[in-house]
Amino acid sequence: MTHASPAVLLAAAQVGGEVVPARAQMATTLGFHIILACLGIALPSVVLLAEFIGLRRRDETALRLARRWSQAMGVLIAVGAVTGTVLSFEMGLLWPGLMRRYGAVLGFPFGVEGLFFFLEAIFAGIYLWGWRRLGGWAHWWSGVPIALSGIFGAMSVIAVNSWMNQPGGFTQRGGHVTSVNPWQVFFNHAAIYEMPHMILAAYMVTGFLVAGVYAAGILRGRRDRYHYTGFAIGFVPAAVLTPFQIFVGDTAARAIAHGQPVKFASMEYVPRTSRHVPEWLGGAYLNGHVYGGVKIPDMDSVLAGFGPGTKVIGWDSVPAADRPPVVWLIHLCFDVMVGLAFLLLLAGLWAAYEWWRRRRLPPQRPFWWAGAVSGVAAVVAMECGWVVTEVGRQPWVVYRLQTTAAAATTNGGVITSLSLVIVVYAVLGATTIAILRLLSRRWRHGDLEEAAVPYGPNPAPQDLAAGEGGY
Amino acid sequence: MAADVVGGILLAGITLYAVLGGADFGGGLWDLLAGTTARGRAPRALIDESIPPVWEANHVWLVFDLVIFWTAFPHAFAAVMTTLALPLWLALDGIVLRGAGFAFRKELTRLPAQRAAGATFAFSSLMTPFFMGTVIGAIATGAVPAVASHASLAAWTSPTAVLAGFLFVATCGYLAAVYLTGEAARRGDRRLQSYFTYRAQAAAIVAGALSLATLAELHTSSPVLYARLTGRALPLVIIAGVCGLAVVALLAAGRRGPGWHTLTRVIAALGVAAVVWGWGVAQYPVLLPGTPVTLANAGAPPATLVALIAIFIAAALLVGPSFALLFTMQSRRLLGPGEQGTLSAAVAAGHTGQPPAAHHDRRPSPDQHRGPATRGAVLGTIVIAAVIRRLRHR
Repeated sequence: MTHASPAVLLAAAQVGGEVVPARAQMATTLGFHIILACLGIALPSVVLLAEFIGLRRRDETALRLARRWSQAMGVLIAVGAVTGTVLSFEMGLLWPGLMRRYGAVLGFPFGVEGLFFFLEAIFAGIYLWGWRRLGGWAHWWSGVPIALSGIFGAMSVIAVNSWMNQPGGFTQRGGHVTSVNPWQVFFNHAAIYEMPHMILAAYMVTGFLVAGVYAAGILRGRRDRYHYTGFAIGFVPAAVLTPFQIFVGDTAARAIAHGQPVKFASMEYVPRTSRHVPEWLGGAYLNGHVYGGVKIPDMDSVLAGFGPGTKVIGWDSVPAADRPPVVWLIHLCFDVMVGLAFLLLLAGLWAAYEWWRRRRLPPQRPFWWAGAVSGVAAVVAMECGWVVTEVGRQPWVVYRLQTTAAAATTNGGVITSLSLVIVVYAVLGATTIAILRLLSRRWRHGDLEEAAVPYGPNPAPQDLAAGEGGY
Repeated sequence: MAADVVGGILLAGITLYAVLGGADFGGGLWDLLAGTTARGRAPRALIDESIPPVWEANHVWLVFDLVIFWTAFPHAFAAVMTTLALPLWLALDGIVLRGAGFAFRKELTRLPAQRAAGATFAFSSLMTPFFMGTVIGAIATGAVPAVASHASLAAWTSPTAVLAGFLFVATCGYLAAVYLTGEAARRGDRRLQSYFTYRAQAAAIVAGALSLATLAELHTSSPVLYARLTGRALPLVIIAGVCGLAVVALLAAGRRGPGWHTLTRVIAALGVAAVVWGWGVAQYPVLLPGTPVTLANAGAPPATLVALIAIFIAAALLVGPSFALLFTMQSRRLLGPGEQGTLSAAVAAGHTGQPPAAHHDRRPSPDQHRGPATRGAVLGTIVIAAVIRRLRHR
């Protein structure tokens, strides 16, 4: 098997040029970067929330959490900067066809993103240095630009992705873009739902990940105020945003049914355009049959248009060549995303009920187990969402305008770079987690309260001397 | 017109990356050449502390250039990215490894891990400028066709391109050494000051020799560019040469005082900027030499170009003051007692069992560094001459 798989990949590459490995590489790098991007977007807000509570209520625990989280933030932004740079190279190295034809159109949002990322990095530096230099609220305000830049930067990148789903704002003649309206490119038809969907996802991923760390600590018996505060500051905002996210996602699905019907048909297993379309929960679609799914009659029509008689467009509306390759993957990823969102909603409702009735967090161990895995669940849901939107658009890179095959590089050797990327990213991911664990171990031991992190100042001399005392 | 402005912005971004990022990469070069763990501790500690705390401060210029390039000149961008895919991948590898080093090295306190991170950092610092140099060399010699369908090895392994690669590495080392000389002086460390002074001078000689070699090579590989570099871009070429000589002279004078070192740094940066703009002026208005692709005809629609100019203005207005704020905060910290203490603590840690005060008389005198540095420069020049001869006979 291990000997066969490169050969299989190679065969696939020969069939589809370099499209398959190029897509695999883009998926790997983007799938990795998007987790760091989520933390880059939302972690500053969570840190600011902790500092706000600390300042407002003179709560030393919350302030200590904010200080420590901001160190983790420095590491994560630095790693995210690296993986982001890789993506900007890959735009040209893997997809020269896309850039040649539409670079002039989708470059503008990327430029805006670059501006906001620069601001985010600079203010992260100011914030981290400011723990010593700025007092109280002045320091809190120095962190606000990080949070805002994160949100605006995310909007810019999502503008590019949503433009690929619903291209507009330009005219072309003979394969040449002749005029561009940057505002229509930025605020395209899909941006209206994709932007809030992704930003809310970023906040959920970050909030649940932070909560998960402290829930795990509580499960191990560290039942102190520090851990409960850390859990609550992450969990509460994420749980509060979950119902809004479900609403936005539902709205997005209906918009996709209109704007990208083939993607919607793949999400919901709609082979033929018809009325009274059933909803499939789970199930694998193979050779015209759905195996192992739960069928709810008329439900898909109801969801798509609030009535069982709603006509839903199926994938038979386009020729077979214009349909996405692996329908079951799209459908199952969609179901996993929605299912996990509802489970996260339940966890939030459980906590809300206990708080309403007894003014406490649930004491039951299952709740804390749920809390501990909520971060991973949110990440999985978000990754599934990206699979739905990206695989669901295939074979197009720019919907109905350019195929992915036409965009991909004509150079060989993508398999080599793909293998290298997998190795390097595995090391990068492992090191990032190791470093974060190292930080938390140091915090627990109480030494090096102020560890040196990227963007931040170096530790005071006595700390360094203590750190080097080992040899 | 708008395309010319965007071309100017692109060149300005390249200049900033060359000057700021170059000094950054050069730090890695000196890290690599600093010798064994014990001997290299002091210079490595200085390099470590002088790395700007905002990684993107320098690398964001690269991302910025990529975005401007693909947005404003998409056809040329696709051609460059396809033809020169291999050196670009390799340069990217260097950036990833360096960036990872930046993200992690502060947390690594154990010596083997530090050493591994340091070696990765130093090696990748050489990779990126070298391959970037070959990319620029390939573009300048007209090795990139207007429409490219496959990568070309010959494009970036021509003598000119390889020379440009070496020139980039030497220039990075030169900028870093000049910068580090000033840093050492600011901390009142005379030993490190002379250490980096001789390295700066040696790197200046090597970079100067490589520049002349590249120019001579262009005479055969790209006669048009050569004619323009010795024609309308000649003033900039002369400025670059004068700046280089002035830096060597200023370093030799070796005055102390902050103004003196700032002046040296500015002149060094100016010299590098003159080289970049000399190349730009010589090539203008052609984007890809040897093809009919110019700034005007490779340009995106006007609205895109205007939007890019607007982003650039917004960036200048927003990023400039933010940066000033960050640097103010850092320099306030640097003026405090902590920073010097960190450095001396790190130096002291290299000589366990000896109290820091006891080192003073054990330090070698500055003149002991003159020998290796000068020898290095002469040896470097000879090696370069040999490489050039080899490449030309190929």
